[in-house]
Amino acid sequence: MDFLMEPWPWYVGGPLIALVLFLMHFFGKKFGVSSNLETICAIGGAGKLVDFFNFDWRKSGWNLMFIVGSLIGGFIAFKFMSPSEAVALNPQTVQDLAEIGFQNAGSKFLPDEIFSIETMMSVKGMAILLLSGILVGFGARYAGGCTSGHAISGLSNLELPSLIAVIGFFIGGLIMTWLLIPLIF
Amino acid sequence: MKTIKYLIVGIIFGIILTKAEVISWFRIYEMFKFQSFHMYGIIGSAVVLGVIMFFFFKKGTIKDYKGKLIELEPKKKGFARTLIGGTIFGLGWGLIGACPGPMFILLGRGAWSIIVVIIGGLLGAMLYHAIKQKLPH
Repeated sequence: MDFLMEPWPWYVGGPLIALVLFLMHFFGKKFGVSSNLETICAIGGAGKLVDFFNFDWRKSGWNLMFIVGSLIGGFIAFKFMSPSEAVALNPQTVQDLAEIGFQNAGSKFLPDEIFSIETMMSVKGMAILLLSGILVGFGARYAGGCTSGHAISGLSNLELPSLIAVIGFFIGGLIMTWLLIPLIF
Repeated sequence: MKTIKYLIVGIIFGIILTKAEVISWFRIYEMFKFQSFHMYGIIGSAVVLGVIMFFFFKKGTIKDYKGKLIELEPKKKGFARTLIGGTIFGLGWGLIGACPGPMFILLGRGAWSIIVVIIGGLLGAMLYHAIKQKLPH
């Protein structure tokens, strides 16, 4: 039982993600989360504005079930399997974050400086949340996949487009982390 | 309910990404700072096992639950779309520390501000399809 309560190391998490990849294919589907964004847009009536969204979203019902499940899984793991919220970060990371104004990095899963309700209520905080969401949604659909579809499934299938996409993920992530985050915060 | 099995796999996924701390903003920041092996180990080990698994899918050694051959859909080709789209995605991922899967998992743990990020994600997907004819692919 201790194992269920402790944070899982990479050599447990990685193989278990491979298990999820296996199960999705074993059950006749694929592993890719970001296409759900399109499905939700279609359900919400985005077809009135953009013709693309007039597809039959019911065919993607299995993938919606997957994200509803992941939401439930997040709740279960948070409520019953997480005695501590702390993330054991590299002390250097904690120090780097302190220098740009992030207090007590790693004491919780998410930094208050981005995710607290007070931050969300500020103009800057709201802009960060909304803009980063737009970048993720736009970029994932432009690239044809996100971390699950490209970095996990695509690389597993030795797909060149996925390798290029993952290189792009890192170009963007490194620019944001090293150049822009110190300017934004 | 034929789709209930995907719900169950999703629940497992949500638990794994929480317990392995993949949904933590700090872990993504640490990854892009090259200050921890954690995320590289997770993605790397998943991909190594995935390559082996897909090899057996293609060979037909492992079939799906109905005994049918598992077909792997090829990704859409295009250098510009994957590199530019990937970079835009990376900018968002680096800032908010959550890709689409973790967004929903974080909502499950009651991180309410993630709703704004999800709305942004939906707007971003809509925007892409509204202007995609004008973009290089």
